[in-house]
Amino acid sequence: MLRNRGIAFKLILFFTLSSGLIFLLVFGFNYRFSRRTIEKNIEENARNLVLSKVNRIETILLSVQKVPESLACFLENGSYDKEELLRLLRSMVESNSEIYGSAIAFEPYGFDKKLLRFAPYYFKCDGSIELTDLGTASYRYEYWDWYQIPKELNSPSWSEPYYDEGGGYALMATYSVPFYGKVGGKKEFLGIVTADINLGWLQEVVSSIKVLQTGYAFLISKNGTILTHPLKELIMNETLFGVAEVRSDRRLREIGRKMIKGESGFVPFTSIVSEEPCWMYYTPIPSNGWSLAVLFPQNELTADVTRLNRTVLVLGITGLLLLSIAVAFIARSMTNPLRAMAQATKTIATGNLDIDLPPVRSGDEVGKLSEAFRYMKESLKEYIQQLTETTASKERIESELKIAHDIQMSILPKVFPPFPDRKELDIYALIEPAREVGGDFYDFFFVDDEHLCFVIGDVSGKGVPASIFMAVTKTLIKGKSLWDTDPGRILTKVNKDLNQGNDSCMFVTIFIGILHVKTGELLYANGGHNPPFIIRSQNDVEFLPVSKDLVVGVMEDVAYKTDRVHLKPGDSIFIYTDGITEAMNEGGELFSEGRLKSGLIELHGKAIQEIIEGIMKEIHSFSQGAEQSDDITMLAVRFKGEKGSDHG
Amino acid sequence: MIRILLSLSLFLILGVSPLGAAETTLKKASFLPQWSPQAQFAGYYVAYEKGFYKAQGIDLTILQGGPNQPPTEFLEGQKADFVSMWLSTALQRRSSGVKLTNIGQIVQRSALMLVAKKSSNIHTPEEMNGKKVGLWGADFQIQPRAFFKKYNLQVRVLPQSQSLNLFLRGGVDVASAMWYNEYHTLLNSGLDPDELTPFFFHDYGLSFPEDGIYTLEDTFRRDPGLSCAFLKASMEGWLFAFSHPEESLNIVLSYISRAKVPANRVHQRWMLARMKDLILPPDQDAPPGNLQPLDYERVGRELLESGLIKKIPDYNSFFVRCDRAEK
Repeated sequence: MLRNRGIAFKLILFFTLSSGLIFLLVFGFNYRFSRRTIEKNIEENARNLVLSKVNRIETILLSVQKVPESLACFLENGSYDKEELLRLLRSMVESNSEIYGSAIAFEPYGFDKKLLRFAPYYFKCDGSIELTDLGTASYRYEYWDWYQIPKELNSPSWSEPYYDEGGGYALMATYSVPFYGKVGGKKEFLGIVTADINLGWLQEVVSSIKVLQTGYAFLISKNGTILTHPLKELIMNETLFGVAEVRSDRRLREIGRKMIKGESGFVPFTSIVSEEPCWMYYTPIPSNGWSLAVLFPQNELTADVTRLNRTVLVLGITGLLLLSIAVAFIARSMTNPLRAMAQATKTIATGNLDIDLPPVRSGDEVGKLSEAFRYMKESLKEYIQQLTETTASKERIESELKIAHDIQMSILPKVFPPFPDRKELDIYALIEPAREVGGDFYDFFFVDDEHLCFVIGDVSGKGVPASIFMAVTKTLIKGKSLWDTDPGRILTKVNKDLNQGNDSCMFVTIFIGILHVKTGELLYANGGHNPPFIIRSQNDVEFLPVSKDLVVGVMEDVAYKTDRVHLKPGDSIFIYTDGITEAMNEGGELFSEGRLKSGLIELHGKAIQEIIEGIMKEIHSFSQGAEQSDDITMLAVRFKGEKGSDHG
Repeated sequence: MIRILLSLSLFLILGVSPLGAAETTLKKASFLPQWSPQAQFAGYYVAYEKGFYKAQGIDLTILQGGPNQPPTEFLEGQKADFVSMWLSTALQRRSSGVKLTNIGQIVQRSALMLVAKKSSNIHTPEEMNGKKVGLWGADFQIQPRAFFKKYNLQVRVLPQSQSLNLFLRGGVDVASAMWYNEYHTLLNSGLDPDELTPFFFHDYGLSFPEDGIYTLEDTFRRDPGLSCAFLKASMEGWLFAFSHPEESLNIVLSYISRAKVPANRVHQRWMLARMKDLILPPDQDAPPGNLQPLDYERVGRELLESGLIKKIPDYNSFFVRCDRAEK
């Protein structure tokens, strides 16, 4: 998967591929363009070369053609006898070096009404000029091509080349010119004048054409017969079409057809000699329709370009390799620190922050990342050090807090029943501190033999300050009430004392009651605390009416009022802190005074310990394990009267 | 020279032949093909080179044919024991009193054909009317003239030379051709088959079986076994040539070069392939080498109508079937 490979790999792949592609495109364009330019030049050169050769051949052919043409012209216009005819014919052969032989062949009975055939023929033989009559032999000249073709076509024509055994087995061709007479005002065919020429010079002209190492020229006749070719066995033995058949080369056949049709062209061609790709230019020789073709070996002509292209290719590939190496180097300089950092991160993750980070060598993004990483490591180290210290001190504080909590709990009376010998009353209290050290407290004690003082308080805030404030408050209350049985006054004094030096502005809500255990008269004062419930023995639970005095410890000169209520035997006072009414369940709902009241109604008639434990149970089932945020404190006193009987 | 070569090759064959003592009893015989060496006679050359004649007990000499070696003269002058010639030629000779007999009809169909350029607007026999037609002489004119008569064509006949140049240059509209020879020459002069309209006489009910093997009645009567052995070896040679074309072409080409005639392998390959079509026509069930009575009848009738023969000789006296003669 590519996406899982490294950055270096991706970079090398991307850069090498994209620059390789660009290089190939440029290279391909350059290659095509340079080839096309060369091709164009070659076509131009080829055309010039072939045309110049063709012109040379044509000039000679035309000059040869003129000889029999002028004789035919004489035969049509002049008057002559046999001797005159032979003399003319002889001098024609004699004075024209290109002409090997020449004949005047008359139509049967055309020269002489009594003579079937008459065709005097002069030809060169071993330096002398011989005469023979073609008409006397079994050679029926009127059936031969050199006679029939111009006669039927009514125009001079070149024969297909042939080998003449008499002419030293040389390649020959005959140019035949028909001549006519007028019989009764009508043009009538009389015979043919011929000139045989040796084509040796033509073969020389063509075979002298050499193009570089393997280029060559060849000439084909009107029938496609190969007249000159580097492969001697093809000459006069094969047509171009036969070669095409041997090679099953349909294209060659098509080219051959165009050549014999007299077309010119520049075509790709496979050399018959070397089997190498060539370009071939062909064009006809106008006078006889033969076609000259010259082959230009592609590989040789494009050798320079090919060599150049090969060099460019090698350079390009070298460049690509160097580029890859450079990219690899750059990628490595980027990925090495990254890889080292990844390794370092793993080590750091195991908690070893003392590991050495790779050095920052550059100011680039990777360098910045390294720098940031180093900073992160240092900060982390520092932070963890601090955290360790903080944790240690927090643990110490926590353990101290636990001790404080234990001490706090220990100063509250916790033995029930506390006064087993006093039958006039029942008293029960319960405190469930929140996780931290809290500020709730309660207390009860006999002021004198007949007066029971009971207190509940809730210091603002939590923690150690609250607990110390609570301890101070508790101590103050106990101290002040030893000399007094008026709760309002006690509270007023306590308030005054607490206000002195209360720089931290802490305060406490206090409910204090003093019960006359003989009469059931209860004096009480309330310093901003929740109003207690009075549980009457006759199925009645109600708030104890309290005066709305300030919390204790806020203002120095507050006079707290003492209220009074008369308890009948069996009546109970239930005091509590706001940890009950403000206990929350997970839905954020408060336990509320309403729930407390109905709980108390439900538990009516039970012993006070059962009532308190019942309420506690209800709070627990209400809060459903939600964390307790505040201390929960309850205290209940039941007045039994002098008889000490329980009316519950 | 040729004789030296022939005896040399004979010597070579003798040298490797396991026949041994049988050689002394070889019967001497000579054979003349009706034209210079080419694949038209591949069967005979192959049979000779592969030793089939020897295996049949014949010490054969193949004479070199050519335009100046007419087979009838060689046969009548007893310069050759066996010759190859056309059925139409042989029938005329027989009719003029030469007691020759056909011992094997090799070529079953006419290779002779007429061919026209489509550019002359000739696609059907009727379109030939009024055109210039090149014809060879003598026996090559029998079928074309019957063809013109059959389709009621008025044509201008021009003598056709050995080449097709007159036709190629447009001097005539229709040319005579042998399927195995000139037709291919046309193709290899740059004409495509679809530019030509071929007229095969077989398609117009004028097919003449051509090359057959002939001997004098006397020769046959004297030693029927020799004639039949010659036919048998020749047919073997043909079948071998068809199944081993390249090897056979090598043999044919060596004969051609010995005769100093231009050799062209592609052309000979075409010729050999066409000889197969003509000797073993794909649509003919009859065994090869036999003269079919219907063909004989047709050729006889055409010759009679042309006035070339007075009467058609009796089939059974003209053609001897070796398989029956041996019985």
